[in-house]
Amino acid sequence: MSLFQRWAYIVKEALDKSFSVAKFFCAIHVTNTYLFSTAMVQGPSMLPTFNLNGEIVLLDRISTRYGKVGPGDVIIVRSPETPRKVVTKRIIGMEGDTITYIVDPTNSDRTETIVVPKGHVWVEGDNIYNTYDSRNFGPVPYGLLQGKVFWKIWPTSAFGSIGRRPQIGDPAFKVVEQ
Amino acid sequence: MGTQNMISNVFKKYLAIGLVGITVTDRYGGVCPIRGSSMSPTFNPSVGSFTDDYVFLEKFCLDKYKFSHGDVVIFSDPTNYKERCVKRIVAMEGDYISNVGGVVKVPEGHCWVEGDNSASSFDSRSFGPIPLGLIHGRVTHIVWPPQRIRKIDRRIPQEGLA
Repeated sequence: MSLFQRWAYIVKEALDKSFSVAKFFCAIHVTNTYLFSTAMVQGPSMLPTFNLNGEIVLLDRISTRYGKVGPGDVIIVRSPETPRKVVTKRIIGMEGDTITYIVDPTNSDRTETIVVPKGHVWVEGDNIYNTYDSRNFGPVPYGLLQGKVFWKIWPTSAFGSIGRRPQIGDPAFKVVEQ
Repeated sequence: MGTQNMISNVFKKYLAIGLVGITVTDRYGGVCPIRGSSMSPTFNPSVGSFTDDYVFLEKFCLDKYKFSHGDVVIFSDPTNYKERCVKRIVAMEGDYISNVGGVVKVPEGHCWVEGDNSASSFDSRSFGPIPLGLIHGRVTHIVWPPQRIRKIDRRIPQEGLA
């Protein structure tokens, strides 16, 4: 085998290998964007559903894409005020729902009632005393929803599914259905 | 046996091409058609022409969500997430803009978008400022039909800014 042939063989092999690596990363990207992916949930706003120190959850991308989410689902939404961040909240109302919410739960019982506009959703954290949600920035457009959280995978003690609805009497769940 | 092998090889090849294609269009940019006359004369200048303009959409701007006045962007309609619109950014966060109901301040993380053809455009004058997170990409070039291939200028509209 001449030197040239040997080199041609090596180059061909290297191209084949790098193409299969590229294919692998593309497959990961497609799975992450269109089927499901993982996310790290952190912070006080979703207590007691998620703890303070951070949990890794599985995220379902299909149901948000086809509009299969409803009140009670935990979703990941791109923050309307800082577009580089994503936040975890629970959907309280879909378009057309009438929502009554407590404006400032730490200081008063004053409530306000609004109707969620077309194409928007109303999201709130489960820990209404320490969360920055639709009560601050208003209803969010549906297009900002990134995926539905459906399974906790880490830490192992918390492994399991996430209920579709919070318990009756949960302070975060205040929908007036008409 | 030979046919089966060949079919599976062809299938694998198309699957690989599909995966790579989807990834590239999602992450770096792709071509998409423009429908409607809301951005005339920049896109689709003649009413009733058979061919829509096809544009190149780049997605590198989504890494940092950095946009500037005059960029033409594609975003999902805030009132119906299945529809996409193409409009020009007229004002960024913190700017003041005069609307029918008075002067509006664009909130943090939002932008104000308007069509170039203000007579037939459903834009921020109806639905208000939109979050930057709804934006899918920035339009840089018209790529089809051939006689209309050109770069899209970053035009800064003068009227309206208060």
